[in-house]
Amino acid sequence: MVDASHDGNDVITPAAVEDVELYHPHSWWTRYVFSQDAKVIAIQYACTAIAIGLVALVLSWLMRIQLAFPGALPFIDADRYYQFITMHGMIMVIYLLTALFLGGFGNYLIPLMVGARDMVFPYANMLSYWLYLLAVLVLVASFFTPGGPTGAGWTLYPPQAILSNTPGGEWGIILMLVSLIIFVIGFTMGGLNYVVTVLQGRTRGMTLMRLPLTVWGIFTATVMALLAFPALFVACVMMLFDRMAGTSFFMPAIVEMGEQLKHGGGSPIMFQHLFWFFGHPEVYIVALPAFGIVSDLISTHARKNIFGYRMMVWAIVIIGALSFVVWAHHMYVSGMNPYFGYFFATTTLIIAVPTAIKVYNWALTLWRGNIHLTLPMLFSLAFIVTFVNGGLTGLFLGNVVVDVPLSDTMFVVAHFHMVMGVAPILVIFGAIYHWYPKVTGRMLNEAMGQLHFWITFLGAYLIFFPMHYVGLVGVPRRYYEIGETSFVPASVHDLNVFITVVALIVGAAQMLFLFNLVWSLRHGREAGGNPWRATTLEWQTPQTPPVHGNWGKELPIVYRWAYDYSVPGAAEDFIPQNQPGTLGVTREAVA
Amino acid sequence: MVESVQTPVPQAHSQAHSQAHRQPGGMRGFVSDWASDQQAFKNVSWGKAMMWIFLLSDTFIFGCFLIAYMTARMSTTVPWPNPSEVFGLTIAGHEIPLLLIAIMTFVLITSSGTMAMAVNFGYRRERRRTALLMILTAILGAAFVGMQAFEWTKLIHEGVRPWENPWGAAQFGSSFFMITGFHGTHVTIGVIFLFIVARKVWRGDFDTGRRGFFTSRKGRYEIVEIMGLYWHFVDLVWVFIFAFFYLW
Repeated sequence: MVDASHDGNDVITPAAVEDVELYHPHSWWTRYVFSQDAKVIAIQYACTAIAIGLVALVLSWLMRIQLAFPGALPFIDADRYYQFITMHGMIMVIYLLTALFLGGFGNYLIPLMVGARDMVFPYANMLSYWLYLLAVLVLVASFFTPGGPTGAGWTLYPPQAILSNTPGGEWGIILMLVSLIIFVIGFTMGGLNYVVTVLQGRTRGMTLMRLPLTVWGIFTATVMALLAFPALFVACVMMLFDRMAGTSFFMPAIVEMGEQLKHGGGSPIMFQHLFWFFGHPEVYIVALPAFGIVSDLISTHARKNIFGYRMMVWAIVIIGALSFVVWAHHMYVSGMNPYFGYFFATTTLIIAVPTAIKVYNWALTLWRGNIHLTLPMLFSLAFIVTFVNGGLTGLFLGNVVVDVPLSDTMFVVAHFHMVMGVAPILVIFGAIYHWYPKVTGRMLNEAMGQLHFWITFLGAYLIFFPMHYVGLVGVPRRYYEIGETSFVPASVHDLNVFITVVALIVGAAQMLFLFNLVWSLRHGREAGGNPWRATTLEWQTPQTPPVHGNWGKELPIVYRWAYDYSVPGAAEDFIPQNQPGTLGVTREAVA
Repeated sequence: MVESVQTPVPQAHSQAHSQAHRQPGGMRGFVSDWASDQQAFKNVSWGKAMMWIFLLSDTFIFGCFLIAYMTARMSTTVPWPNPSEVFGLTIAGHEIPLLLIAIMTFVLITSSGTMAMAVNFGYRRERRRTALLMILTAILGAAFVGMQAFEWTKLIHEGVRPWENPWGAAQFGSSFFMITGFHGTHVTIGVIFLFIVARKVWRGDFDTGRRGFFTSRKGRYEIVEIMGLYWHFVDLVWVFIFAFFYLW
């Protein structure tokens, strides 16, 4: 028996975990296309997500141009505008952010960070990606169907979503629902992999309380997704029946174009409950991986251990749990018993407590740290500021009396773009700058990166800060043209032009980023195995980029937590997790 | 391997720590148990862990379906058809309420019993008995689906459609077809996999290490138990559907 323990009670026990049975590819096709290697699947996920994200980015340009210069692009009419809004929202939230964080970063980082050779079910993992790709293709197909994609708004509220005169009422809505159903099935296959790998597939010494916070964030988000996506699945199935089989789950008796429809007796509010039971956890499915990743980036680039590791873990778990009991704060104006509003406002505001713990802990990790203003650190700092800003407006919207007048204004748009659009995207950028050297073996170009960062960060504020004001004076969201309206001051029109110009520039800066990704593949500086001198296991692989199976003959053994930076007395300012010794936190962080 | 990774630790330091850590109680002990090395659930294989978590997720799907159905039923303004009459059978001139459903439920619960026996024999490596019991389970499952098809046919003949029915709220038909259809799909998938696994067991794949067609991986007898988890879950869900749809 192999026993690496210091005493009988140590956490490092003999190997108990079975070794994953790797599939060794024999051909180019099974190595790079139908690959069962989590790292290849991760890159496939990431590339697909970024590609479809570009579509959504272009849609946002078109919407902004329409808002600032109504009629400048003659092909944009009201229907088109609604279709752009719908597709932009759905793509960004589900097909870009969720897929990139969980399918992309989850696949790449979980096996490496927990010291596994691969995900526990590589075959199902592969199917997960191909189903995701199919979902994306079905979604894209709706652009080319008669009537175009659905214009129901990304929340797809019935009855309007499935009425025939809603843009995309012919095929768009059907393809959207089918695409979401496929996405949920595909995600479940991947999600089960991530969860079981974290729970049951860790290497020796890797207790849950030694996991890097990145893994905690992705793990908790995946568990939430496995419990929240069922509601979306059910809502989509039922709406598909309403649209195609003539049922009336969500359809009340309704008159359209002077004609009494055959529907009756259904409840549109029920859809909203189902949708937001998925929709609110979805916010944190996107946010928690960002929380986890940013914790690791800050600790690594400030050369300091994360402050309050256990609190950080508990905060992630508590936020995840609370996010299941707040969904109806999206429905304050839908008509609810006032006591429900009271309940949901309370739970919503309670979430501020664990969230604040996290923000304070990030700040305290930075405090007196040896802060390196590398690109990942810059993006992390930008994230903290942006997340706090977005979170503060969340306090406004979480309260019923303040939410009611602000509901469905541009204020809401500014709020959720700050908190779950810009903030997680900043983390994604930071994470790509951080892990690109591990994935490719080369560093991303620093100069291009700096330019990308400053344009993106400052630009995001120039876009969304004025938008709060636009919303406060009462400009509604989802209006494709506000025209000359008495309560809208002239400043709003000027601001709209300003926002649009900045948005175009920020969008263009993303092209620079994509160019950097491709350019650095060949021309980037050689990175070596551990350019950031980080402690976590993925930087300790024998090869960079890691090969199939991740580790050499032996799996690594973990002796310490992930945050032994600047340990007094240590030879270097970091001690990798797989390095034995008595310095630093070699025992469970539980102590 | 052993020596290379073992590091000398000062004795006093080690003891002080081990005493402090020997038996952490309360919340801290609870956490350290669950956060323990390598596996959170000791001696639970990956496959079983995956199936349990999948079933948890699936529970949420059925939960959402049933809650949506109950919401529709409670909020409808037109009368809800009386299940005892709708689901009755007339046999030899006697109207017997819920007869078919009672038989269906009995068949499905019985199949849970044969499944449990298959799992038992699987662990004893009695290939033939395991395979036969799995096939018996599959046949019972198929019988259930068959009776469901009969029930659907009967209702459709009586004029029940997803969008209307002769007796009351349209949501009756919609919910009925959707929920029993979704459950029936689960049973059908289970039947198919039962046959596939039974064939593998019969052929001795798990003794000879024969590799799967799609995954090119070796299977293990454990798959019988994982199959059993799924099957019992599908039965359990039926109990809830039975209670909420037919008995309410």
